[in-house]
Amino acid sequence: MTDPATMQTILAIVPKLRAFAISLSGNVDRADDLVQETLMRAIANIDSFEPGTNMQAWLFTILRNRFRSEYRKRRREVEDADGHYTESLIAQPEQTSKLEYKELRVALDKLPSDQREALILVGASGFSYEEAAAICGCAVGTIKSRVNRARTRLANELDVKSAEDFGPDRNTRAVIAANERR
Amino acid sequence: MTSETLAGAAKPKSGGLDRQIQAKIGQQLRSMYDEVVDQGVPDRFVELLKKLDGAQGAPKTEEESR
Repeated sequence: MTDPATMQTILAIVPKLRAFAISLSGNVDRADDLVQETLMRAIANIDSFEPGTNMQAWLFTILRNRFRSEYRKRRREVEDADGHYTESLIAQPEQTSKLEYKELRVALDKLPSDQREALILVGASGFSYEEAAAICGCAVGTIKSRVNRARTRLANELDVKSAEDFGPDRNTRAVIAANERR
Repeated sequence: MTSETLAGAAKPKSGGLDRQIQAKIGQQLRSMYDEVVDQGVPDRFVELLKKLDGAQGAPKTEEESR
């Protein structure tokens, strides 16, 4: 049995876990599955959480590792088929973003996954570089350079391709998908 | 990982325009993220946590945790 205060802490972090998962995967259904797997794993391994340390960082680490291993697995599978995996992995039709975030979402999905996760952790989740480094299991300097590269690439992408056309069907689906979850 | 070397190709633009774009990206990123956070906890996860906790021992109600 888990201590009720711990359960409340975990519950309070769920919205942030979802935001992280959706930002990483760009897909609400996949994101919620990731959150579910994360919670199951966290409760099963709650004894390995050190009281007094950052629960949010611990849960984010679990989710991040789940996402990475799933990503690697799926990449291998799709690579075997045709060698072009990026689009089929990330640009799923059911985007969560509203129209106003469409360009950002598309640009975000084009980033290498390690840059994307670093940017989201630091730029959206509000983790320090040190915390983000601990979550990703790499050096602080590596996180800094990934975040910088991600920002530069996004800036270039959004600047150059802001007028790029994406069909209305896709946009409409995205809005519907987002609204259905409310 | 090849991503680090690929990323080197993108050079930052100089001047205020780049800074403006950066500020806008940062703000958009956070508001996209916060919009999901503001949706709160979907019922499915409240149920899941109850079930997971119950599976470990005596189920806990919300009152017990204040």
